[in-house]
Parts: sequence; C-alpha cells; structure tokens
Amino acid sequence: MKVRVLVTLKNGVLDPQGRAIHHALEGLGFAGVNDVRAGRVIELDVADSTSDEALDDMCRKLLANLVIENYRIEKAA
Amino acid sequence: MAFTSAVITFPGSNCDRDMAVAIEQVCGGTVHRVWHGDADLPDGLDFIALPGGFSYGDYLRSGAMAARSPVMQAVVRAAERGVAVLGVCNGFQVLTEAGLLPGALMRNAGIRFVCRDVALTVENAQSLFTAGYASGQQITIPVAHHDGNYFADDATLDRIEGEGRVAFRYAEPVNGSARNIAGVLNDRGNVLGMMPHPERMIEAAHGGADGRALFESVVRGLVNA
Repeated sequence: MKVRVLVTLKNGVLDPQGRAIHHALEGLGFAGVNDVRAGRVIELDVADSTSDEALDDMCRKLLANLVIENYRIEKAA
Repeated sequence: MAFTSAVITFPGSNCDRDMAVAIEQVCGGTVHRVWHGDADLPDGLDFIALPGGFSYGDYLRSGAMAARSPVMQAVVRAAERGVAVLGVCNGFQVLTEAGLLPGALMRNAGIRFVCRDVALTVENAQSLFTAGYASGQQITIPVAHHDGNYFADDATLDRIEGEGRVAFRYAEPVNGSARNIAGVLNDRGNVLGMMPHPERMIEAAHGGADGRALFESVVRGLVNA
C-alpha cells in the first residue's frame, strides 16, 4: 500500500524557507503571490495490513514534530 | 568522588572532541566516549553531554534521527533519574526532539547559517549549570548553526519564563528565537539545552573563557555538593 504523508508547519509558526521562496518568486517577476509555506512529502510503501493507528503512530513518533508541524495521511486508491 | 561523564557521538557529530576536551580540562575525572548505537551508558555517570554537529546529516529535522537512536533511550532514562544532561547546538536540537526539553529549533529567521561570537545574558544564575555566573551577567560565547530559531507556543514560553527556565538569552537578536531565548532548562533543572558553544570558550587561546564557568558550575554542583 502506498501512503503519502504531508507534513506542514502549523499556522502561526514562522516559515523562513517559505518566505525565502516567496521572495525568490517575486524576484522572478511572478506577481500576485500572497504567501508561501514550505512543507514535506514523505511517501511510504507499507504492508496492506498496516493499520491506521500504526500510520498515525509513525507520524506522531517520528515523521512530524507536533510542536511545530501538522500532518495529513493520504492513502493511494 | 571522581567526576564521571560521557560525551555521546552520533554519526555527523563534529564537536564531540571539543566537548570531551573541555570536560577533561575543566571538570577532570573520567570522560567516556559513547557511540550512538550503544544501548547502555557507562555506570555511575554524573554528567552526559550531547555535542554539536549535524547528526544523521540533519535528515528529516535537525536532531530528529539522533533523538530516536538507541543511546538516546538510555540518555532519557538517565535524565529521568536525575543525571545532569547538557545539549549544545545539535545536542539542544536532539533534546527537544527527544522531548526532554520543550519547544523546537527551526531554521534561522534570516535563512543564513550564523557563525560568530554572540553576547548572552545569564538569566538564571542559580541552576546546576549556571551557578558560577552572576545573574544578568553578559558573556560572550560563539554560535554556529542553521537551525537555532527557538520556537514554543506563548503558553509554554510564559511558563518556562515564569519558572526561571530560560538559562541564557541573546543580548540582541541572532536567529529569530522567541524572546531571544538561547538556552532552556527542564522543569527539574538537570537538563540544559543551548545553541551557543561554551566548550569553544574555555581558555584564552579560544579568544575568551566565558564558557568555563558552565563546566565549573556542573562539577562544583555535582561533586562538592
């Protein structure tokens, strides 16, 4: 089973990398970009029997730092 | 009682030798060097130091992989027993990732790697690690990091400030850290994480010796207590 974990910074957490990307986009002449937030995509290939709880546990224990990040788990159809 | 300490080395640590030399010179006693894959720590440790560097290449998040390594399970248990633990730079990142200290260390607000001497204010001069300083004293210690931007939510910041757990503060902004926090203690006071490198300021040849008092405080607090 292919699983995709999207890790994003929580609202209110300053994102210096997103800001630098935003600045670079403006430097390239792209207008109308209101905000940029950078995150991370982690693709897992796991046994079909892997439970939702186990996936959640993986995110909480390692893949995301819940002090600053949120995560979302997407399973490929 | 002989002072017994350990310096942990992760793959990618690069300040472990400096840390061991600082402890040897200032604290004396026996300094064990411990590899990240070791599941057990030497017996009878008074003090554990997590050094600076780029453990596991900073993969995933700085300190994230090291915090889940076998030796860190043992370090967490030791800290819970009351053993003194100091994390410097990457060691601070490891301590937050391991849940021994609150908050997180994010990319510097200015994006750039910052490598220079900085002025720090000693906020709490009563802790095991800082008793050799005077409250409000300004000291100079170098920093060298990319991810030193301390973040915690406002409630956490208010709590650690109220409990005197901010050990050091940058005298002026360095990396975007919340409330200019440079070093944080745990609630019990036996764990300190800090981004500046006290082990790089222990003799005149380093350009100053303001880091010495930290190691002197630890040995005085633990051996002569």
